[in-house]
Amino acid sequence: MTGEIVLSAIVPVHPHPLLVPEKNEGWGHLRQAFTTLRQRIIDSGAETIIIYSTTWPNIIGHQLLADPNPKWTLVDADFHDLGSMPYDFHVDTNLTNAWHNANERRGLSSRTVNYHGFPVDVGSVVSVSLLNPDNRFKVAVVSSNIYANRSETLVLSKACLDAVKESGGKVAVICAMSLSNRMFTELIEPSEDRIHSLKDDEWNQKILELLEKGRLEDIAQLSRQIHSQIRVQKVVSFKPMWFLSGVNGQTNNLKGEVLAYEALHGAGGAVVLLTPTENSAGDKEYDEDDVEVFSGDRSVLEGIEEKEVATSTATSNDGNSDIDTPAINSQSAPKPVGAYPHARKVGELLYLSGVGSRTPNTDEIPGGPCRDENGTSLEYDIAAQTRMCIENVKRVLESAGSSLEKVQDITVFLIDMERDFAIYNQVYSEYFADIGPTRTTLAINALPTPIAIEMKVIASF
Amino acid sequence: MAPHPPHLVYADNPVQNEPKSECGWESLRWAYERMRANLDEADYDVIVILSPHWQTYVGTHFLGLPNFKSKSVDPIFPNLFRFDYDIDVDVELSRMIHDEAQADGMVVKMMENPDFRVDYGTIVSCHLTRPQWDKPVVCISSNRANAYYSVEVMQEMAAQLGRATARAIEKSGKRALLLASNSLSHRHFITEPEIPEDMSAEHITSHHLYLWDMKLIEMMKQGKTKEIFDIMPEFTEQAVSESDGGAFSWILSALNFPTYPAIVHGYGTIIGTGNAVVEWPAEAAENAEVTPRGE
Repeated sequence: MTGEIVLSAIVPVHPHPLLVPEKNEGWGHLRQAFTTLRQRIIDSGAETIIIYSTTWPNIIGHQLLADPNPKWTLVDADFHDLGSMPYDFHVDTNLTNAWHNANERRGLSSRTVNYHGFPVDVGSVVSVSLLNPDNRFKVAVVSSNIYANRSETLVLSKACLDAVKESGGKVAVICAMSLSNRMFTELIEPSEDRIHSLKDDEWNQKILELLEKGRLEDIAQLSRQIHSQIRVQKVVSFKPMWFLSGVNGQTNNLKGEVLAYEALHGAGGAVVLLTPTENSAGDKEYDEDDVEVFSGDRSVLEGIEEKEVATSTATSNDGNSDIDTPAINSQSAPKPVGAYPHARKVGELLYLSGVGSRTPNTDEIPGGPCRDENGTSLEYDIAAQTRMCIENVKRVLESAGSSLEKVQDITVFLIDMERDFAIYNQVYSEYFADIGPTRTTLAINALPTPIAIEMKVIASF
Repeated sequence: MAPHPPHLVYADNPVQNEPKSECGWESLRWAYERMRANLDEADYDVIVILSPHWQTYVGTHFLGLPNFKSKSVDPIFPNLFRFDYDIDVDVELSRMIHDEAQADGMVVKMMENPDFRVDYGTIVSCHLTRPQWDKPVVCISSNRANAYYSVEVMQEMAAQLGRATARAIEKSGKRALLLASNSLSHRHFITEPEIPEDMSAEHITSHHLYLWDMKLIEMMKQGKTKEIFDIMPEFTEQAVSESDGGAFSWILSALNFPTYPAIVHGYGTIIGTGNAVVEWPAEAAENAEVTPRGE
């Protein structure tokens, strides 16, 4: 059975609704909204809560809490006078490990942390304490990398979704976050609390209006504007909406419900419930790339010589690094259509993923596709496709520091051996007759895109 | 100036720290050794430290109970730093600095929750400076005015806190060692070597950060601390410096902007960031021409 996300929510990070809800009417509203949200999670049948918390900043990739039973007492750095927050909850280690593995497959630097006394952050502790006081649910918690921008956060969300599907269970996803995050910088009486400025309040209201209409992806697309308008510039970008929209398939097909919106020492705190639905706002056109695999756009200060080649390394579950087998993605070849790199270097050899005949950047197929949207066969030009396929192989090889001349072995997949072999074989010989790699040609039913040929290559350096 | 990378404690292998290393970051660990040797000759009653890792947004806070004992686990490098600490606090002096700052109109608060976990920056800097843990400490939080306003506002607040700190120490009659727990340039690598102490992977993140670090160090050696204060906004922004936490500005102000040469015990990088162990010795201050303290 495939796992699924049955519910998503936004909750505030400040400890006031947990520790002193009685001191301010708004803090009491938020506390009540947490209780309502908890009941909705129970009703949804969710077994696990995933928490993406903006108050767990990280710099080395992405960290996932893997201690099966985190137990400690947290005191807030600012609001220590409100009291202590003991916590004792159970981590869904299977889901956490699956997520970590999915992160690695998608090119993210990732590690699990399993140390007694590891400091669980205030946003996660408030969420766990109010949504899961009886440990009915298992929990998975992920850090928020301070350098990560949209592409990396989106890939993190897709890795999360991979793990959820693999788990076979029902999951609720919680983003522990503020809307506007500007607090008063002086001490105030609880009765004096309000949103810091009218501007912050107006932006918060607009965000909630869109969320109430289920327009999560639209809010995600506004993340940079929101960050510049109402966020204290502590980290790069307002990223929780990228994550939340990513795990919900980057759509507006949600039903939104604002359970509470109140001030927390000036910041905007809201409890918002989002459930999947088929009849919500339509998706809007968007001009940023969808990203499946992270190829390290943060490495701008390292490896200048690798301008075209992005390599990523990851630390595996047992702490061992696969730094000796860097993944390689070429900027000049067509983008992969799944969670895999263009190539991976192992020792002195370079292993390429299957390379097709799409044109880089445009994805057009030279000579036309082999089938239309309905699956009806079309006439196509196998010579043009073979040529483009080999040119794409060449692009990946050269991006990785190799070349066609260093190809050692090729496996070729044709969708119509009888029709195409002779012409493909002729074009092939133009490129490889003098190089002479070993070769195998196979006939297959279809390829993922409407192309007629794909090549799998092993090369040396 | 006593930077706080947990890597240095990890490499030193003290009994309090769980993870054990083979070696690592010797240039900085030896720099701390030289500073400790100098401090062994000095007579002081208390350590006063401002750490960028006790981050507060609502004013400046001070530890306000006589003892804190617990385990500190670094949130970024838990593989390197899991440290059992036992810190005695000079609550009397903490309160005096708090009161002086409050009298100057600053927003301040005493931290009196016994469950509070002391930040790892404070622990690392204190341990590397005085591993005997036999001196009481005053711990001051880092107000993040830079995030809320600007480097300039942060500097003004840190300078005011520095003046309040100096006045309180003078009134107390105690001899204090001030520690600014910060690195210089602060752009991290985003990955970690398989063996953390693998020194073949350690270097400055980029050359322009190194140039900034060397410029600041040269100015400290020449006693040009007023000039450092003047270029702090550019340095903080362009070197992504940990001076954004205010400790550097605070210590220069508390020392009344030394014009005598600082002793630079050493410089090194930690996962790409630039760090220097620097001393402004008291005897140099006593022999220096006194500049009237500006208010």
